[in-house]
Amino acid sequence: MAFWSQTFTIAAKDLRAELRSKEAINASFSFSLTILLLFSFAFVEEATIDIAGGLLWIVFAFAGALILNRSFARELPNDCLDALIAAPLPASALFLGKALANLLLLLAVEAVSFPVFGVFYNARWTGQFWTLALVAVLGTWGFTVIGTMFSALTVNLRLREVMLPLLVYPVMIPCLMAAMKLTGHLIGGEPLDAEMMVWMRFLIGFDVIFTALALALVDVVLVS
Amino acid sequence: MTHAVAADDVWKYYGDYPALREIRLAVEPGSCLALLGRNGAGKTTLLRIFAGFSKAGKGSVSIFGRDARDLETRRRVGILGHGISVYDELSAFENLTLFGRLYGVADRRKTALDWLERVGLRHVRDGLVREFSRGMRQRLAIARAFLHDPQVLLLDEPFTALDDRAIAVLQTVLRDALARQCTIVLSTHQLREAMELATHVALLARGRLAYHGERSAEMLSDPGWLYARYGES
Repeated sequence: MAFWSQTFTIAAKDLRAELRSKEAINASFSFSLTILLLFSFAFVEEATIDIAGGLLWIVFAFAGALILNRSFARELPNDCLDALIAAPLPASALFLGKALANLLLLLAVEAVSFPVFGVFYNARWTGQFWTLALVAVLGTWGFTVIGTMFSALTVNLRLREVMLPLLVYPVMIPCLMAAMKLTGHLIGGEPLDAEMMVWMRFLIGFDVIFTALALALVDVVLVS
Repeated sequence: MTHAVAADDVWKYYGDYPALREIRLAVEPGSCLALLGRNGAGKTTLLRIFAGFSKAGKGSVSIFGRDARDLETRRRVGILGHGISVYDELSAFENLTLFGRLYGVADRRKTALDWLERVGLRHVRDGLVREFSRGMRQRLAIARAFLHDPQVLLLDEPFTALDDRAIAVLQTVLRDALARQCTIVLSTHQLREAMELATHVALLARGRLAYHGERSAEMLSDPGWLYARYGES
């Protein structure tokens, strides 16, 4: 019980700090909307279904890096990370709290991006809304877990803004592949067939494995 | 009797450079150890290992006989380091209740308000820390470190860059802490303040323990005596 209370305390603290400073969320929203707007001029309407999954998840991945970069970097001013490491909370609760806050911030960006995509690309994306929402949550959790872990790993590096994407993107390729395939398929209005269920299981497996790995390794990452 | 804080043959390397070598010391409950040494002697490194921020390359440290990273140990330790360790985007009250929640403080709202009163910040309890002056932030940091009534205090140059009001607050809470048998380990360059508080002294020189023992009358009358006798030339 204390574990979850501490996890939600960290998540609430991060969300409150971000909503007050708006450092990452504003940049992330602006980036997403700009890319969606610009790309809408580059593609013809007939190609929308083919590119939907790839376009959306590339936007989410790059916009997400802006949020994930701030996750542990937020603790650096005033040496707040030291206070959290010294506090009697498991490193896994600290990690999970931060990952939850990042997930909610990224889902907020996605919640705005999907309707904007629908308007700019004249696409009906709500046909299988709940399945699409499930894919969005699973895909976002996958790269949030990896991104939050690498955010902890790179927090003390001078070039962390450069290092984080370099480390994160190669690892999240399988997760993005699955999310892209499923999203494109669902926006195209097709039901989940056997092939798509394989991608869905793959995405769930990816989330479970990387969440377990991150929770097991985070203490080693934070205390050198 | 279990030592409050103990280091047993602690070594710490940064690359090939040994920042700490063969550190063996013990601090008894209720005593105050002043950790002295020139810049780069290893004071902060040793305190960071005691605090569980960093692992010893060799050897071990313990707090009340338990590992420094043990959750129960961390609940008993208060730390005041170089940074103030409070969040600029939160209010003074939110900062204290946040740490109160993480440390499992029973009545955290009342405790937070009591500490804000004690450090003279109750009138700005809802003000964001980013709007505070440096002195106000330092006093809030003191409240944050003492909020959970720690039994061991690890203080890294606590008097450095404090304004006069923050120094007065810190001296008062440290004396109160010693009066209730709290164990204090503080690193400092301010020898006179350190000698007045300390019951024991440890001098580090180039990562080695050059002296460890009770604070003597000579040290109190001449704070530079220890460096002259045991320090680096």
